[in-house]
Parts: sequence; C-alpha cells; structure tokens
Amino acid sequence: MTAFSADASRTLGGPDWLTRRRAAAAERIADLTWPSTAEEIWRYSAVDRFDPDRYVPVPAGELGLPGAEDVPGGGLLAAEAGERSGLVVVRNGRVVHHELDPALEARGVRVQGLATDTDGIAEPWLGRCSDASPDAFTVLHDAFLAGGAFVHVPRGVVVSAPIVVLHWSEGDGRATFPHTLVVAEEGSEVSVVDRYSSRGRDHLVDAVVELLVGDGAHVRYLSVQEHGPETWQVALQRAHLGRDAGLRASAVALGGDYARLRSETRLDGPGAESDLLAVYFGDGHQMLDFRTLQDHSAPDTRSNLLFKGAVEDEAHSVYSGLVHLRPEAQRSEAYQTNRNLVLTDGAGAESIPNLEIEANDVRCSHASTVGPVDDDQRYYLATRGIPPEEADRLIVMGFFDDVLTRLPVRSLVAPLRAAVTRKIEQRGSVRA
Amino acid sequence: MSRLEISGLRAAVDGFEILRGVDLEVESGQVHVVMGPNGSGKSTLSHVVMGRGDYTVTGGSVRLDGEELLGLPTWQRAVRGLFLAMQYPVAVPGVPVGEVVAAAARARGVDPAATLDRIGTEATRLEVRDEFLARGVNDEFSGGEQKRMETLQLAVLEPRIAVLDEIDSGLDVDALSDVARRVEAMTEEHDLGVLAITHYARLLDELRPDRIHVLMAGRIVASGGPELAQQLEATGYEGLAADLGIEEMALRRPVAADPFAEPGF
Repeated sequence: MTAFSADASRTLGGPDWLTRRRAAAAERIADLTWPSTAEEIWRYSAVDRFDPDRYVPVPAGELGLPGAEDVPGGGLLAAEAGERSGLVVVRNGRVVHHELDPALEARGVRVQGLATDTDGIAEPWLGRCSDASPDAFTVLHDAFLAGGAFVHVPRGVVVSAPIVVLHWSEGDGRATFPHTLVVAEEGSEVSVVDRYSSRGRDHLVDAVVELLVGDGAHVRYLSVQEHGPETWQVALQRAHLGRDAGLRASAVALGGDYARLRSETRLDGPGAESDLLAVYFGDGHQMLDFRTLQDHSAPDTRSNLLFKGAVEDEAHSVYSGLVHLRPEAQRSEAYQTNRNLVLTDGAGAESIPNLEIEANDVRCSHASTVGPVDDDQRYYLATRGIPPEEADRLIVMGFFDDVLTRLPVRSLVAPLRAAVTRKIEQRGSVRA
Repeated sequence: MSRLEISGLRAAVDGFEILRGVDLEVESGQVHVVMGPNGSGKSTLSHVVMGRGDYTVTGGSVRLDGEELLGLPTWQRAVRGLFLAMQYPVAVPGVPVGEVVAAAARARGVDPAATLDRIGTEATRLEVRDEFLARGVNDEFSGGEQKRMETLQLAVLEPRIAVLDEIDSGLDVDALSDVARRVEAMTEEHDLGVLAITHYARLLDELRPDRIHVLMAGRIVASGGPELAQQLEATGYEGLAADLGIEEMALRRPVAADPFAEPGF
C-alpha cells in the first residue's frame, strides 16, 4: 500500500476544498481492510485476487497541473461521442477538455472539471451520494480523486441533447479514479453519458458516479463500459432522488477483466421514480459483477429494474440485487428482474435477487433466470434455413432488444448493438 | 420439378419406436395429406423429416430430388428447399419476422432486400397487421396470428416442399380459410409440393388434396384420393381401424380427450 500514501495524495493539487477532502480520506487509508468474498456484498466476486500493491496512482507529474487541457478539441474519442450539447474528456481521472453549448452556459449550466472548480461550486454536492455508501474502494477513490467531471443544471433548465463524458485511462500498473458528479436542480432535465475505456496491463479503475436528482427533476443517464481486457474496474454509481424526481439510469458493460458496478438508487422524495436498465456481455475470462440497491425511503415511490446479461467462453457474471422498502415507503412499487443467457459450457452466471420489505402497503416483485439459448428457438430458426451461429446471434440480440431500445440516448443504440454483435461473433476466440 | 421421397422411415424417442416404416412421395404441385389420430406419430413424422434432434432415426431414408437428407442438420434441409410450418410456432422475442427472413435469405445466398420487399405484399394478402411484423416473431401472438405468420414466411421463402404440421389447429374459420387458400395458391403459382399433417378433415375444404394417407401406430395404413377423407368423416378413425382389422391406432398413449392439450409425438 505504500504507493497510496497521504504524501502521494497531497501532490495532486487543485482547489483547497478538494485537497482537504482528499487529505481526510488519505488519513483513513492506512487503516483500511480490503474486503474478501467472505462478506455477502463481495460473495462470488474476484476481490480475493485484488492486490493493491500491483498498482500505483498516476503520479502528479504525469497528470500535469489541473487546468491544463492537453486534449484540444476533445481528442480522438470526441468523434465517437455522438450527438451532444456538452463534452467532457477525462484522462486518467482528470478533466483535460470541456465544452458546452454557449446557449446553455448562458442559462447557468455548468460542465467542467472538479479540479478547476476554484469557486467550490461542487463542494456542497461532492460526496453526497458516495459518502452515504462507502467502502474501501470509495475511500481510496476519495483520497486520489484528481478531478473528474462536474455537470450542474440549475433549477428549471432543460438540456435536451446529452452531455457526454469520455473517461479514458491508461498505464501499466496504474490506478485511476474517474468521477462524474451530476447535479440536476429542481425541475431541471438533463441526459448524461459516461463512456469508459482504458488500456494497459494491470490497470485499475476505481470510479464513482453521483447523480443528484432534485425535486421534480428528470435525469437520463447511460454508462458505457468498454475497458481493455486487463483492466480491473470497481465502480459505485449512486443516485438520490427528490420529490417527484425521475431517473432512467442504464449501463452497458462489455469490457474489463474484472468489472464491478455497484448501482444504487435512493428514492428520498415522495413520488420519485427510477428505471434501471443494464446490458452486459462477458467473453474470454471476463467477470462482470453487479450489485444493485433500490432503496425506497419515501411513500409513493416506484422503481423498476431490468438487468440482462450474457456470458460465453469462460466468462462469469454476478447479479446481486436488493429491493429495500423502508417503513416510510408506503404505497410504493418496486420491481426487479435479472435475466442471463449462458452461451457456452465454460461460462456461468449467478443471480441473487433479494427483497427487504418493511412497509405493509407496497407492491413488489422479483424475477431471475439463468439458462442457455433455448433449443426450441434454435430449431424454429433452423426450419427457416438459418444456421446455428446465426440463429444464436438473432436470439441473443433479440434477448437484449427490449433493454437496448429503451436506452436513454437514441444515437448510441445502433453502435452499442453493433458492439454486442461483435461479442457474439467472437465467440470461441477466448482472450488470454 | 421436385420430389420428396420418404421410404421405410423409422424413428424412435428414448428407445421407443414411433415411426415404424413410413413410405410417402410428394411431388411439386401436389398436396398430400397425412391424417391420423392422436399418438399415431404425425408430429414425429414432420420433425424427423425436418431433422429435429430429439428423435433417433432407426431406418429408412428421406430424399429431396435424390439427395439423402437424413445426415443433414435442419437448417441445411431448409436451405435445400424444405419448410416446416409448426403446429406450435416458437416465440423468438425481440426478433421480428423481417430479421428471420433476411437471415434465411442470406443463408440461401439470396439478396435479403428482395426477400424483405415481399413481406409487405404477403402481409396484405394474409391480413397480417403491421404490429405483428414489428414484434418478435410469434411473441404473444394468438393461434391464428401464429399460423398466418408461418404461412407468410412460407410464401416469402418459396420452398420446394412444405410440411405443414397441423396448420389448422388453433385457428378460427377465417384464418384457416386465408391460410389454406394461400397455400393452395402456392401449389399452383410456384408449384409448391405440400405434405399437410392434420387430425381433422376441415383443412381439406380449402386445401384440395391429391392424396390422403392415414397414419396409425407409426405406419401408413391406408392411402387414397379425397374420398378417403370423406370415408373418415363418416366412420371416424376407429371405424376405419375396424374395417382394416387394426387393433392398435396409437402408440403408448391413449387418445387424449382434448386433441390440443398436448403436442403428441
């Protein structure tokens, strides 16, 4: 753990409010106990293989000083960002480029890096979500948070085209700490896309996404994870919803060696609604790990979760989800569905949905399936003259179709569909 | 001119022989109807001809234009010109008929665009509404909608020989008439050969058969012209069995009270 020292944390620079937050977290690192699969929340995970000594945080010298934008125009990835009203490029956890439609800027919308927020606009918001659900990795994240994207939409402002955040990180044996903080104030509307990619042997991405959805605000969120094959990701995505707030949060997870996402939603205000969607597809020796929480702490709230995954080759996936209806969540509804296709004998999927119901006037259901491609569907398509590989491609794409078509950013549906198709077509070419 | 020749066909499930030597020949433009009581082996016949994996062929041959099909996987039999319209078409959620037909065209080396163009024409002809073209094929379709969709695919894919497994089950009168008329027209317009498997004679009002075959206990026990269907109407399967001196009409299972309660074998 020597690389993750308080001294290393201090070299990252930035505004005082941010360095103070880092220092407070860095003090706790020495006492951290790394989790193990003996803990229920880490059961079936790969955390027993985690060795912090394999990584060092990207040194301040490589990151450069906060504010330097060494990716003019957004760099190569900007071309893939698609339709947008704003763009943030985050390299190794620090914002290196940001831009926003001037009309939105004039209305007070703010899209920038945390490390250049010298006015401390983000300070009251940063950590609101993640501090409510800490673990060893969020502490490490807070101690080495070099910057990260900050999106702030003032009261009543509607941002129609998405704001795209591209998180790029690289380096053998490097650890990076991307952060996205979205604050949608009362009655505002915004769509945000986080796209993660990375490269490098033994690369660790310890990411946090915070979505603060104010009273009557509506946030649509999509994260696309296309990490390199040797990246470890441990991420927390957490949303807090106010009165009559709406959230459609979706995740597409395709990359990484071990990629974990904790996806949590707390419905704090009466009438809040959240829709949670995910598509994941593991191949080679990948392990994709999802832990979800639908936390209802106000009456008349509603949440609906649909996670669909496929695994092939030697890949494994874990879905473990909890619906928690607290005593104050009367007249709430919560639904949780996880479906998995296991495409080859060597692959496997775990699915563990859970309910904790403390209110008596609620509607609640959960469903979970794990199984191979249906032989009857294959035979049906074969009677039309469709060969088995093509039949499987159709069946798997059909399986994902209801989630893919509901992803909140239309312009990304076709490229993501193509990315999933490539995974199916690569079946059998197990990566090292 | 195509010819499907089934000769001495025997097949078993879990070691139990269901087809016990079936001989049939269907040529282009002809309509052959196989009738039989539940448990006689009708559905088994269609699936063995198509190559479903659950059955073990224990003897005989199935040839299309002289080529033995029995060693080929189902999809290759279809590419060579066979089509099976299923009694219980399987729902494939999220995969609309256009994608099915396009994939089927690609497997045949045919331009999918040309094939897709024909879906619209056939949908009008068979009164298939747009919502059923947009939805995953057979996904939450009624019985009638399923059979119209099977017939639509049959018409678009233009096989040489079509096996229709109880295409008349689960249909109302209008749907049955639309489906049967479309198939009948294909036998004239495209010289389609038809092997229709059914429990009931009502299919024969619209789909005019050249030959009727009666299957009992895994064997064809009688063959004849359309008059054989009329005879069956009058006597029932039991009457015919009695006339022929056959004691065992069905295999293993007794005749179910509800003919649609189980797929049968």
